[in-house]
Amino acid sequence: MKPLRLARLILLLGLALLLTACHRDGKLPWRLTDISGHMPDLAFQLTDDHGKPVTGEDYRGKVVLLYFGYTHCPDVCPLTLAHLHAVLQRVGAKADDARILFVSVDPARDTPAIMHAYVNAFDKRAVGLTGTPRELEALSKRYRSAFTREPSQANGQYEVSHSSAIYLFDRQGHARLLATPAASQDDLVHDLYLLLETGT
Amino acid sequence: MILRSLPLLLAGLLCAGAAHATQAGHVHASDAWIRVMPANLPAGGYVSLRNDGDQPAVLDGASSAAYGSVMLHQSSTDTGMGRMRMVDSLTVPAHGQVALAPGGYHFMLMDAGKPVQPGQTVQVVLHFADGSTLGTDFLAKPANAL
Repeated sequence: MKPLRLARLILLLGLALLLTACHRDGKLPWRLTDISGHMPDLAFQLTDDHGKPVTGEDYRGKVVLLYFGYTHCPDVCPLTLAHLHAVLQRVGAKADDARILFVSVDPARDTPAIMHAYVNAFDKRAVGLTGTPRELEALSKRYRSAFTREPSQANGQYEVSHSSAIYLFDRQGHARLLATPAASQDDLVHDLYLLLETGT
Repeated sequence: MILRSLPLLLAGLLCAGAAHATQAGHVHASDAWIRVMPANLPAGGYVSLRNDGDQPAVLDGASSAAYGSVMLHQSSTDTGMGRMRMVDSLTVPAHGQVALAPGGYHFMLMDAGKPVQPGQTVQVVLHFADGSTLGTDFLAKPANAL
C-alpha cells in the first residue's frame, strides 16, 4: 500500500473512532452555544414566501437556521443573511439539506411576495415566513425572542427592534445551537457541518 | 477677452480656496458602496471618511438624486437585540477617520426613483455642518455582498 493511501486510511479510522467516542458520551465539539434540551422543538404555523401555509413539521429532515427580522431593515438583517449565505456556500453541496428560515416580525408590511423577493436576493435555500401577529408572537415567545415596534413617525415609517440571535435545529427539529450575529463564519461553518453530518 | 474673464477666474480661484477651508474640503471618502435590496426596499449605504483638516468635520446628512430620502442611522445588536436609530450627526475627528460600515453607522437610502442595479454607480452628496458638501460615487452591490 502506498504511504499516502495508508495515511488516509489511518486518518479515516481515527475520524471514525473520534465520532464513535463523541457519540458515546453524547458530547460534540460545538463552538457555538449548545442549547440542546433547553429550548423547545421547532413548531409553528405560518405562511411561506409562496403564500403556502407551513408548519415546523414541514422542515423535518432539514437542518434549520431560524432568524427573526424584517424586510425594511437595510443593515443588520441583510448583513446576517449575507453571512449565512457565505456560510452555506462554504459548507458546500451538503448545505442543500439546510434551510434558513427568515421569520418576519413586521407582518403589516412583509407580504409573502416581498418576503420572496427579499430572501431570494440572499440564498435559494432561504425561506421567508410571515403570518398573523398572533402566530408570529407565538413563535418568538417559544424561543424567548423579543421584538418591539417603535411608535410611528409622522411619515408612517416606524422602526422595529428584534432579537438578533440565530437558532439552529437538527433534522429532527430539536433546538441545538444558538449563534449571535457576531459569531465567526468559521464557527458557523464548523457547527453547521457537524450538525448536517450527525443529525441523520 | 482676457480682461473680461479675469473676474471669473478670480472668483473661481476664491471658490477653490474656500472649498478647502470648509469641512467637506478636508474630508476624503473611500470604499463607498450601497447594498441594493429587491422590491425597492430600503438599502444600506457605507463609506469610509478621513479628515485631514485641523478641525473636526461634522457629517449631518446626505442626499441623492437617485433616492427620495437618505438618512443617517446607527444599528446596534447590544443585549442580543437588533436595533436601528436615527442619528443627527457624525463627527469625523481632526486628522482622524470614521467608517460607516455594516452593523454600525450607515445611510438608509429609500424610495429609489428607478430601481438601482448592482454594478451601477450612484452619486450621494454628503452634507456637513458648515453647509459644505461632498459628492461621492457609491458602487451598487448585490444584497448578499460582504
